[in-house]
Amino acid sequence: MSATRVAVLRFPGTLDHESAARAVEGVGAEPVFTHHEDTALPQGTHAVVIPGGFSYGDHLRPGALASRTPIMAAVTGHAKDGGKVLGICNGFQILCESGLLPGVLRPNASLSFICRQADLEVADSGTPWTGGRLAGEVLSIPFKHHDGAWFGTPGEARVVLRYKGGNPNGSIDKIAGISNLGGNVMGLMPHPEEAQDPLLGSTDGRVLFAALIA
Amino acid sequence: MSGAPTMGESGTPLYEELGLLDTEYDRVVQLMGRTPTDPELVMFSLMWSEHCSYKHSKPLLTGFPTTGPRVVMGPGENAGAVDVGDGLAIVFKVESHNHPSAVEPFQGAATGVGGIVRDIIAVGAKPIALLDSLRFGTLDSARSRFLFRRAVEGIGHYGNCIGIPNVGGEVQFDERYEDSCLVNAMCVGVVPHDAILSCAARGIGNRLVLIGNRTGRDGIGGASVLASAELGDDDADKRPSVQVGDPFTERKLMDLCQALNHAGLLVALQDLGAAGLTSAASEMASRGGVGLAIDLDRVPLREQGMAPGEVLVSESQERMLAIVEPANMDAVVEMARRHELDATDIGEVTDTGELEALWQGEEVVRIPSPYLTDDVPFYDVPRDAAPPAQPIDLASVAEPGDLGQAWLALMADPNVASKRWVFEQYDQLVGANTMRRPGGDAGVVRIPGTNRAIAVTLDCAEWHTEIDPYAGGMASVLEAARNVACTGAVPIAATDCLNYANPEKGSTGWRLAESIRGMADALTAIGAPIVSGNVSLYNESPRGPIFPTPVVGIVGLLDDASTSIGSAFGRHGDAVLLIGYGEPRVDASRYLGRCDGAPPAPEPATDATLFELLAECARRRLLTSAHDVSEGGLAVALAESCIGGGIGAEVSITPGRRADEAIFGEGGGRVIASCDPAQLDAIAALATDGVTVARIGTVGGDDVAIEAGGSTARVPLSDLARVWEGSIPEALEAQ
Repeated sequence: MSATRVAVLRFPGTLDHESAARAVEGVGAEPVFTHHEDTALPQGTHAVVIPGGFSYGDHLRPGALASRTPIMAAVTGHAKDGGKVLGICNGFQILCESGLLPGVLRPNASLSFICRQADLEVADSGTPWTGGRLAGEVLSIPFKHHDGAWFGTPGEARVVLRYKGGNPNGSIDKIAGISNLGGNVMGLMPHPEEAQDPLLGSTDGRVLFAALIA
Repeated sequence: MSGAPTMGESGTPLYEELGLLDTEYDRVVQLMGRTPTDPELVMFSLMWSEHCSYKHSKPLLTGFPTTGPRVVMGPGENAGAVDVGDGLAIVFKVESHNHPSAVEPFQGAATGVGGIVRDIIAVGAKPIALLDSLRFGTLDSARSRFLFRRAVEGIGHYGNCIGIPNVGGEVQFDERYEDSCLVNAMCVGVVPHDAILSCAARGIGNRLVLIGNRTGRDGIGGASVLASAELGDDDADKRPSVQVGDPFTERKLMDLCQALNHAGLLVALQDLGAAGLTSAASEMASRGGVGLAIDLDRVPLREQGMAPGEVLVSESQERMLAIVEPANMDAVVEMARRHELDATDIGEVTDTGELEALWQGEEVVRIPSPYLTDDVPFYDVPRDAAPPAQPIDLASVAEPGDLGQAWLALMADPNVASKRWVFEQYDQLVGANTMRRPGGDAGVVRIPGTNRAIAVTLDCAEWHTEIDPYAGGMASVLEAARNVACTGAVPIAATDCLNYANPEKGSTGWRLAESIRGMADALTAIGAPIVSGNVSLYNESPRGPIFPTPVVGIVGLLDDASTSIGSAFGRHGDAVLLIGYGEPRVDASRYLGRCDGAPPAPEPATDATLFELLAECARRRLLTSAHDVSEGGLAVALAESCIGGGIGAEVSITPGRRADEAIFGEGGGRVIASCDPAQLDAIAALATDGVTVARIGTVGGDDVAIEAGGSTARVPLSDLARVWEGSIPEALEAQ
């Protein structure tokens, strides 16, 4: 039997598609690069990853232009049918711009880009995205963004991950990642695809990719 | 046929306005056998500028070692390449963007990154790491704070958006860089040997294809107006000569060039940098021994009414020039369209050896390309030696009443303090191969798809070079190489960016010549040839010259990525080791805080032995950590290893001439390391040929303490960390 298919989206300016694809392979699934102009997801797509980067150079607003591409209509259909979607960093911004997740990502309170390893606290153990970890358990995953302060009404989403300790970017309730109320669409600013390998310091990001095929 | 030279707008001859000397203009006329057209004259002025021709420095650069068993491609191409096994080569180069950054720091620094990345792309490689070496005036100056802030933002803006991790570098502050800041950027790429591209144009009838951005008026004369003259009061007027960067386009260009190369559609590739199309086309023609005919009317323009000379020298960013076989043109254009970029056939390879340009159907340029690239007049620089330096009389240096306070003051020196404020603004991780992030001795990046890794760093010993350029050139190489060696990597090759003042004045020429000689001797001793480099002269203002600043980039190789060593202490109870050679001195130390005295002479051969010892320790996994002792001496190195590990240490050292000199002095080649005490004998057995291994203490506790001859410096780790981390942010916020 062939491996579970995971579409890894690629817009002009997407940067993390290769590392996201490696992370998909790491959980035994088959990554398929899917381009912005495509009007449908690859045949048999089980889940979708929208990797980070600077789609369209962040022109207008981060994620704004990518959210209007043909492929995002297909991703929206996939999500409405209950299919899993994981948006990382710029992917999270694209999900908010598409309306698949509530809220917006505002510029960091410092108005500067920040790249840092972070401790993320599991806030809601009931979504599929943290692999059954208990609330309060900690994942070490790096973040790196200029526009990562989530702003919105927390009650419209499920808060999955919070920054532990100080609030690095000024997001509401120290939110690092949320899912929709249905739990099948997840967005987070930190980069789980860069926490896959002990040589790079942490493997805590695997749980989010494992959730794609769970 | 010879006529009178064209007059410029200011009433002086055009060639003079363009920066050519009378003698140089005469040489142009003599070579051409006629009066050059205006576009031709503009081209000569750019190509014969110091920035493009190295007319004051090239005769000196011949002393560098440039060959070795690993060298795949040496200096002369867009970047150098060295073999790293598995059929792969590592490609790298460092380049300056000093003058544009002094005029407009955000775009100056941003396009500095863009330029060096295109050099790596041009070789056919995939960029995998960026580094920066930055120098500004002191942070009590509002202008220096502005330049520092904006240059860092510019580097982040561009580097983050193109998706290349920034893994290291250095930042220094000194009033000598107040007017002439230095922004040097290095890029490292990886490419299979058989995919390496040359810039040499080949194949008569092949097409000349301009790829990427449209051409506008930005950056006209950047190489001559900005980069080849001293800075002065009218710098603001030069702002139009600074280019504007678009990292989104660069990313698309990067992806496209790799895709074109992967598909085998390129005969040759060259980036457009200083002097734009003129430089790129003449380099490609000269290197290939062919001619190139350009139809300027086919160049996609961003604005109306540009003169042919402007099109020829515009430094509009994010452009590449390719040679493509006619049969592949459709495929190239289609691939470019899919990347949302232009690829335009603007001319062809000819057998004339000449660079030709048509404008509105008329020939406006016909120059044998070697005239532009090879026939520049070279100049000998005056070599007036400065008097030899005298050692500092230690008796004249007051002993600190409280060694702990002196330690804290040193940790707060912005030159010593944590550069977290800088590197947190850079994406250090994109690509998921960064194993050792900025802030340690060297960045360590896994070579994608392999179990190998490279360690890379940029470093310079400018104070030492000012005092004794030969020894300082050596020290610059050895400090950089020691950083790489501390990760367990074997230094295999080097790149350099020689930042100097006006070589025609004072002792700058002598410093340039002597420091190159010192660098060459050190590089030979450690077996790391130079494969690429850059020279930036005229870093000088009415207030004076910069320090001679030979920035050295070293690439080291780890055959097993998992053996790399970090700089942070790891375990309570580990032994602290001092490995290396040399006696610390206060001369030219951060402890005294002035460029004065006679620092100890480096010993390249002993450093080479030290590097072998560290590499062997890594291979056998004997060390927990290793950290170079450099600025701030043993005290700062020990504190940094403690802060990194979040754990204290207690050590005891021989006091030498005086305790404070032993604790804070600099010099020699020394490394603070830590290991499981059970490994001590195995490590000590490796000590040989002047390199000693001494256990000086133990990791553990909440304090960091150094005892020397009965005097003790003891400071809580939390205090050292607070001062060290807080210094630069506080200096920026206080204003």
